Amino acid sequence: MLKLIVNGDTHEVDVEPDMPLLWVLRDHLGLPGTKYGCGISECGACTVHLDGEAVRSCTLPVSAAVGRRVTTIEGLSKGGLHPVQKAWIEHEVPQCGYCQTGMIMTAVSFLERNPHPTDDQIDQAMTNLCRCGTYTRVRKAIHALADAAAGRKS
Amino acid sequence: MTTAVSRREFLKVSAALGGAFVLEFRFPAAAAAFAGTADTGTEVNAWMVIHPDDRVVIRIARSEMGQGTYTALAQLVAEELDCDWNKVSAEFASPNEHFRRHRIWGSMLTGGSRGVRTSQDYVRKAGASARMMLVSAAADRWGVPASECVAQESVITHRPTGRRLRYGEVAADAARLTPPADVPLKDPKDWTIAGKPKHRLDIPDKVLGKPVFGADVSLPGMLHAAIAQCPVFGGKVAQVDAGTAKTMRGVKQVVRGEDFVAVVADSWWRANEALKALKVRWDEGGNGHVDNAAITAMLREGLEAADLPQARKMGDVHAALAGAAKVVEAEYHSPYINHATLEPQTCTAWFRPDGFLEIWTSTQDGEASMQAAAKASGLPLEKIEVHKMMLGGGFGRRGGPQDFVEQGIAIAKTVPGTPVKLLWSRSEDMQHGFYRPASIVRMKAGLDGQGRLVAFHTRVACPSILQVLRPQLLSKEGIDFTAVRSFDDMPYEVPHQQVDYAKRNGHVPVGFWRAPGQQNAYYRECFIDELAVAAGQDPVAFRQALLPPDNKQRRVLEAVARAADWGAPTAVGVHRGVALADGFGSYTAMVAEVSVGAQGEVKVHRIVVAIDSGYVVNPDTCRAQAESNVLFGLGSVFYQENNLKNGRIVESNFNNFRLPKIAEMPQVETLLLPSGGFWGGHGEPAILPLAPALCNAIYAATGKRLRSLPLKHHGLRPA
Repeated sequence: MLKLIVNGDTHEVDVEPDMPLLWVLRDHLGLPGTKYGCGISECGACTVHLDGEAVRSCTLPVSAAVGRRVTTIEGLSKGGLHPVQKAWIEHEVPQCGYCQTGMIMTAVSFLERNPHPTDDQIDQAMTNLCRCGTYTRVRKAIHALADAAAGRKS
Repeated sequence: MTTAVSRREFLKVSAALGGAFVLEFRFPAAAAAFAGTADTGTEVNAWMVIHPDDRVVIRIARSEMGQGTYTALAQLVAEELDCDWNKVSAEFASPNEHFRRHRIWGSMLTGGSRGVRTSQDYVRKAGASARMMLVSAAADRWGVPASECVAQESVITHRPTGRRLRYGEVAADAARLTPPADVPLKDPKDWTIAGKPKHRLDIPDKVLGKPVFGADVSLPGMLHAAIAQCPVFGGKVAQVDAGTAKTMRGVKQVVRGEDFVAVVADSWWRANEALKALKVRWDEGGNGHVDNAAITAMLREGLEAADLPQARKMGDVHAALAGAAKVVEAEYHSPYINHATLEPQTCTAWFRPDGFLEIWTSTQDGEASMQAAAKASGLPLEKIEVHKMMLGGGFGRRGGPQDFVEQGIAIAKTVPGTPVKLLWSRSEDMQHGFYRPASIVRMKAGLDGQGRLVAFHTRVACPSILQVLRPQLLSKEGIDFTAVRSFDDMPYEVPHQQVDYAKRNGHVPVGFWRAPGQQNAYYRECFIDELAVAAGQDPVAFRQALLPPDNKQRRVLEAVARAADWGAPTAVGVHRGVALADGFGSYTAMVAEVSVGAQGEVKVHRIVVAIDSGYVVNPDTCRAQAESNVLFGLGSVFYQENNLKNGRIVESNFNNFRLPKIAEMPQVETLLLPSGGFWGGHGEPAILPLAPALCNAIYAATGKRLRSLPLKHHGLRPA
């Protein structure tokens, strides 16, 4: 049995230690908001937070998550919307939406580290793949969040 | 007489007729969308349910794959219904019910940018008809003429007395009325819900990870399946040695299909691990030797063939070319490309103990999924339900082909009574697509002494999508309109034209890839640019002169040229390219601004695109679709191709089939120029001019003609 802390809840799961965290979340813990896109950490649809840092869960053995805090889209903001989710709604970012939960998890962790990113920094950090073409609005939403954060400070 | 049957009544009727048809497993398209639909609301007509508290649930027959049809169609119904938009939600119409009610929701096919444009008429009428019935019901209750009553934001008011009734209060009465025979529609200039940038209905749930995509379906006791298909298209399974797979943890079943093997297990990862342990010998059929060179040889033979059928013939192109002052000739080609939807193909199937089959899948065509399920299961349509899930992208992969449904059923058949979710791995998805056709096109054109285009001869060698997916739509001569579009309907006034088509299919399945036939827009508009240069003319002016005044193409061309400051000086090193294309009901023109670095880095500074779709239902969604088309096109222009080696696709994942990242996304300025009088689409038109506008701009920057894609083979990459 492996002990996992996911979205604040402790779970005991009887799975192989090399099973990627993604499949433990999706098939064993009933959390399908984290998506499968490639299985080789290329697309980022599987992005979750491990102790607050964005990681790609499709290649992360579940054993590496034991004893650490895992946060998925389902637990990002319990009982309300995270500011990033609000900005995503405001700027009508998602199209099909399949990559967006991973995109949001990456953006949340990125903005926590760097609340006022430049375009170059966004280019470096936001490497999740979107097939629909939401990138223009992802960038717009991130800048709007940075502006709002700056407004709060001044 | 009651012609409108409430949903609850309908279900009772169905049950009385002997159908064990129960909707207990209907899945929400959006979590809130389905709440209480059947129990408390009234179906005023097939397109909407109105609840006592005035909530309106609008039924959507087309699929939602990101393009926004789910919201746009709801806007059109709500516009004519005159209901309160804040109380509107949507749900997918049931394909089973659709067949039982004699295809009451029209076409469910979601492709060809048709979602709005080919259903706008009947969905608007449905909204207007329901509004008239609601008004009549209120008037009847008051004993006044309906003409004295008006409806606005879900409230009916009797004008002379000011009495008011809410839609929720009269919906049940309205449903019992006979629908009006004559249903006038509003003039679009009076719209208040349609034509406005309403927030999409599906987005709030999408940012929370709530929508159930096909890949997310979860049912009590459900098992998971992973699949490996014969790596050579058309091959079969020769022998399977389950080896250790059967004893691996969680494995329930090894399935041998005709052309695939699958493992069923209690989680997808376990199924996929066991799949790798199977020892499979494939009978590759006769195509295990096919490589890129064989495909090129096949197309080239077609290009040289005598007696090809003609898709267009005007004047005498050969005589005109012989008499031309200048003749220009060029050959262009492009490769196979996979759709690469981010959600791989998936299907959940459950043979219920009561003999009913339920399917949950990401489909662009609920009806096609039903038909495929009937064929694969042997069950009649009334014993099948297809639950249309949210799609993680479609782009044409999930409409025509229903291979994933057929496989899902074949696998679930082996564990009757247990639901099984089939999910393809990325490599299966990459290597078992219905690819954008590879093609070669040769164009030969003649200019007269004044540099005017007088003759245009095109030879197209291209696999036929219709032959694979819709053979009944091939012309008598065997012409596939998707293979010759942009040539057989070229808007330029050229007196002598001929388009020859060589249908050469080979063994690689081809399919409707976003804007099918779009590679022809790239060929034509780059070649037109070559002709403008040969004529010593400006590329915009050269095109303008070939289009009649007041022509829709000319209008978007001139608009985009103005918006992009065509002809005005650019920053040092920045160059412009233009392209014009129409298709999918709309007219599109684009200007790209690029600069090219010494190492072949192409910086796309700006894309300006003008679109005339006749009407615009949701301007913000239409802009999002333009951005979407630019990105989708960009990947195919710079990176994407699927190569053949030993009969199989070489690329396997996003490490060798690249999707552009945010850093490569250019600025897109979209001009929506609806001129009225026709309905065009938005899901595809803006991709048509992307490749040629970019390549023409790169030519302006470098002097190098780019007659094949992707550009990585020309030493070019996005900056």
